[in-house]
Amino acid sequence: MLKYLAARILYTLPVAFGVSVVCFMLVHIAPGDPLTSILPPDASAQLQQEMRALYGFDRPLPVQYGIWLLKVLQGDFGTSIATGRPVATELGRALGNTFILAVVATLIGFLLGSLFGFVAGYFRDSWIDKVASFISIIGVSVPHYWLGMVLVIIFSVQLNWLPATGAGPGGSGDWAWDWAHIRHLILPAITMSVIPMGIVARTVRALVADILSQEFVSGLRAKGLMDVGVFRHVVKNAAPTALAVMGLQLGYLLGGSILIETVFSWPGTGFLLGQAIFQRDLPLLQGAILVLAMVFVVLNLLVDIVQSLIDPRVQRT
Amino acid sequence: MSTPLVDINNLHVRFHGQRTVHAVNGVNLTLAPGETLGVLGESGSGKSVTLKTLLRLLPENRTQIAGDVRVSGVDVMALSGKALANHRGGVVSMIFQDPMLALDPVYTIGEQISEGVMRHEGASSREAYARALEMLTRVRIPSPERRLKAYPHEMSGGMRQRAMIALALACKPKLLLADEPTTALDATVQIQILLLLRELQRELGMGMIFVTHDIGVAVEVSDRVAVMYAGQVVETGSVRDILRSPQHPYTRGLLAANLHGAQKGQRLQAIPGAPPPLDTAPVTCSFAPRCPVKAAGCDAGPPPNVTLAPGREVRCIHALGEAQGSAAN
Repeated sequence: MLKYLAARILYTLPVAFGVSVVCFMLVHIAPGDPLTSILPPDASAQLQQEMRALYGFDRPLPVQYGIWLLKVLQGDFGTSIATGRPVATELGRALGNTFILAVVATLIGFLLGSLFGFVAGYFRDSWIDKVASFISIIGVSVPHYWLGMVLVIIFSVQLNWLPATGAGPGGSGDWAWDWAHIRHLILPAITMSVIPMGIVARTVRALVADILSQEFVSGLRAKGLMDVGVFRHVVKNAAPTALAVMGLQLGYLLGGSILIETVFSWPGTGFLLGQAIFQRDLPLLQGAILVLAMVFVVLNLLVDIVQSLIDPRVQRT
Repeated sequence: MSTPLVDINNLHVRFHGQRTVHAVNGVNLTLAPGETLGVLGESGSGKSVTLKTLLRLLPENRTQIAGDVRVSGVDVMALSGKALANHRGGVVSMIFQDPMLALDPVYTIGEQISEGVMRHEGASSREAYARALEMLTRVRIPSPERRLKAYPHEMSGGMRQRAMIALALACKPKLLLADEPTTALDATVQIQILLLLRELQRELGMGMIFVTHDIGVAVEVSDRVAVMYAGQVVETGSVRDILRSPQHPYTRGLLAANLHGAQKGQRLQAIPGAPPPLDTAPVTCSFAPRCPVKAAGCDAGPPPNVTLAPGREVRCIHALGEAQGSAAN
């Protein structure tokens, strides 16, 4: 087990390195100059040159990358061009907010998705299956920013039950687990949970149907187990894959929620990333992408480890 | 004679889905307590289906079963819910063809054996594990304590099948069903498993129905043999009768089609043709199209089921004369 763990952690190093190179290059491949957004349009050529030198944009790319990487490894992501605050501080706060939103949304999505998927797979081809599959297809295909807006119209504008924007009363960025804050979390979390719900439901349905068609289920019944006993076996067989899907979905949600966070003005990484893109805030953009990619890598690692704990066959491969 | 352990009377099994298959068409089988019956037949002859009916393992919504199936006088077709679950594993137990597929890959052998013991005997987990260990020792798995914690993929094929046998016998069933238990194994391991099964069957005094397509295997373990073709039992008799004086032309064909005494360069003996499709229930003798001794009456109607002696039956028109002949003697 320890050997497997060590090997698995070692494997992530080249991935992490590749990710950092891609992050760095992506931003430099994109057209546009970050300085144009903070310099006045009539800035002199000399001033432009000085600013360039100040931010290090005049050096060759590999050197820029080396310096950037060294600093990043020390936790220094540079300073945001737009706000002048350290990128690490901005990212830290946004990550916390996004993390809360993504984890709550994934949990809702995973629980509902597993339930729908399980029921659909267990009663395959019955009307229950059709209803559950219909819901999960809607979950996968509905545009979530649209769903977000519809929810806002119904629950905030018409019914006035829940706030439409922000992460706390008075637009405060600091999270707390009290009703005043949780009220703000409900709509974005539900909107966000719809996608993992649909995907998990479809995956679990296919898994359960596949497991039930395997011979060992006959074996379990031949042993005299009733439905509850068989259920226990099906769950443990389905869990590794379902968890892997959940982990991936959590990864997507941690980074890919620009639209939802923008619709609800949720001060998370997606919101921050959107701002960074529009303001051409290179240090912030690079830092944000890198951190999100790393979150993804670490999450995959965690999922693999959990899988190997549940399913003994995983360790051998 | 006391109540037979197994009494199958005029069993018909039909699967319907995109295509209807008449898998079993009027099977009669009996088994005395402690007896071993070998069911011999090729793929698709309905032998596994007959076996699974005894445990009601066929998918309910796609299967239509008619006929009478009794184990120790209990009507298996009438069981449901808890009574059915008690029947499965408690009274009748099954060993599957491929233990790799028939064991749950993510539970240890110990967990899988003890689970059934806890279910049937209400034993505590500690008692159930003790039973699992006892069973693994009994099927002679080396270092059984260690194997208790092993997963199926960590064991060899032969060892897995031993574990499967331990699992099936853990609750001391009265009847053991073995569905080609040696087909997925190496030839050397096959013999060990066969000997083990025969030995355990005698020790525990169980009845056993042993399904196989290998005559050699059937002869090795069985007291009596039933030969199946196209969902019907075409001939039953003691091992000796079947080997020495096979009556049905299909049985004769099977016995002739073995490799012993075959000479290099000569074609092997085989039965020409292929088994009939089972889309419709047979109305005449199913073997007639391939039969070397086909007579005019064979296409007229179903062949008679001729009883030559107690426990010696042949489903063939030619056996009629044989029966009269033996009666005349």
